[in-house]
Amino acid sequence: MKPFALERATDRAAAIAAGAASSTAQQGASVRFLAGGTTLVDLMKLGVEQPERVIDINRLELGGIQEQADGGLRVGAAVTNSDLAHHPLLRQRYAALSQAILAGASTQLRNAATTAGNLLQRTRCVYFRNTATPCNKREPGSGCPAITGANRMMAILGTSQACIASNPSDMAVAMLAYDATVHIQGVSGVRSIELKDFFVLPQDQPDKENVLAPGDLITHVTLPPPPAGERSVYLKLRDRTSYEFALVSAAVAAVVADGKIAAIRLALGGVGTRPWRTPDAERALVGQAATEQNFRRAADLALAGAKPQSQNGFKVELAKRCIVETLKRATR
Amino acid sequence: MNAQGHVDAKESEDTLMPVSLLVNGKKHAVQVDPRMTLLDCLREVLRLTGTKKGCDHGQCGACTVHIDGRRANSCLALAAVQDGHEITTIEGLGSPGHLHPMQAAFLEKDAYQCGYCTSGQIMSAVALLSEPCGPSDDDVREFMSGNICRCGAYPNIVAAVQQVRRSQRTGGKP
Repeated sequence: MKPFALERATDRAAAIAAGAASSTAQQGASVRFLAGGTTLVDLMKLGVEQPERVIDINRLELGGIQEQADGGLRVGAAVTNSDLAHHPLLRQRYAALSQAILAGASTQLRNAATTAGNLLQRTRCVYFRNTATPCNKREPGSGCPAITGANRMMAILGTSQACIASNPSDMAVAMLAYDATVHIQGVSGVRSIELKDFFVLPQDQPDKENVLAPGDLITHVTLPPPPAGERSVYLKLRDRTSYEFALVSAAVAAVVADGKIAAIRLALGGVGTRPWRTPDAERALVGQAATEQNFRRAADLALAGAKPQSQNGFKVELAKRCIVETLKRATR
Repeated sequence: MNAQGHVDAKESEDTLMPVSLLVNGKKHAVQVDPRMTLLDCLREVLRLTGTKKGCDHGQCGACTVHIDGRRANSCLALAAVQDGHEITTIEGLGSPGHLHPMQAAFLEKDAYQCGYCTSGQIMSAVALLSEPCGPSDDDVREFMSGNICRCGAYPNIVAAVQQVRRSQRTGGKP
């Protein structure tokens, strides 16, 4: 690990001012915020992250899970994945989010990992994590060995010539299905951004993964109230039964009335360069009967733009089956 | 660091940070490099070598300790930010004459072979007792999946955990 200065932030303004000293909040940042450390410390050991200053934000009181006046939920940035997944309100009203979090990592990691940290976790692409190999995300312009190399786990949606790395989060997939909003405090005040606009596609700049600017501190995430009668399910398919990243996953939140789909929200994990929402599939399902045939048609639409790599063509059919099965479970 | 890759003694002294650690109920005032993990601090500074280093990347669970009563991977926790937290290691769980029931169950059920992962397994298993884990063997496997055993002692580990849980439910009677 490269030497760094460790500082404890006593208030948000101090943390934001410290963060703003970096030229970027993306790959290569010279200042990093430390919360649970499960991603950052790992990547610092690998030499993938080499901050000069690490700001401990664990005393900033960014925790807390509260029901909002509108019936929605406010989740503090520092709430641990364990606390969020096991919270009674989450289990009752946002079941797919609880399931998604518990489908990721291990209890030890979930006890340390935080809500904002989970949103900011980095890809598990083996080339990104190995500083002996080129990687456009880690070292812009150096190339992407994954395209001609080990790409079985990589993305099939949202890829570019520069990067095909998949986003590894389960939590973010479910939050995306629930139309979550990310709340940020930065040098010029507070702002909110819908989660669907928080992550950016790699295009020709895969080192930029989200909209955060230097000094930006995620303070909390909000979830709108669930519609009456909504049922939600998260299904994750992986090489092992537990403690493994997704090959494919799906989060579905559905309202069924008189056998027809009144409302549907669908997001995919393991297949996209960012957590992947499927508006075409959702539009095709609304007003339709909850039948396997209709689910399959929606799944085809969701994967219409898929560009498989040399080793992950199987993900296209697997994703479709995952969507159909998740839709079945959420609508029965 | 100099060209040979060694940390220069003076540079290192300049960057040491004071931290007060509470480990197994005992306070330790130590000076640590900001890079030092809780795992390395426990082993190299406090000489509590019951906590093991496996992968050093949060993947194997050998380094599992309790921080404020909850299990965590000590290899991904920086020592310098641990002041104010209560840390429990395998040394704080029981002693050779007074084993924790989970330690005794691991012995009785032969829940290890080489033993390297065992302290992490036991720390996870003890934490599991107060977690919302379902009753079945599969539930235990899921909750214990963050601890890898290269010898493959899993069936006996599950048996040991279940024995302690059953005994707790029946008020200590086996």
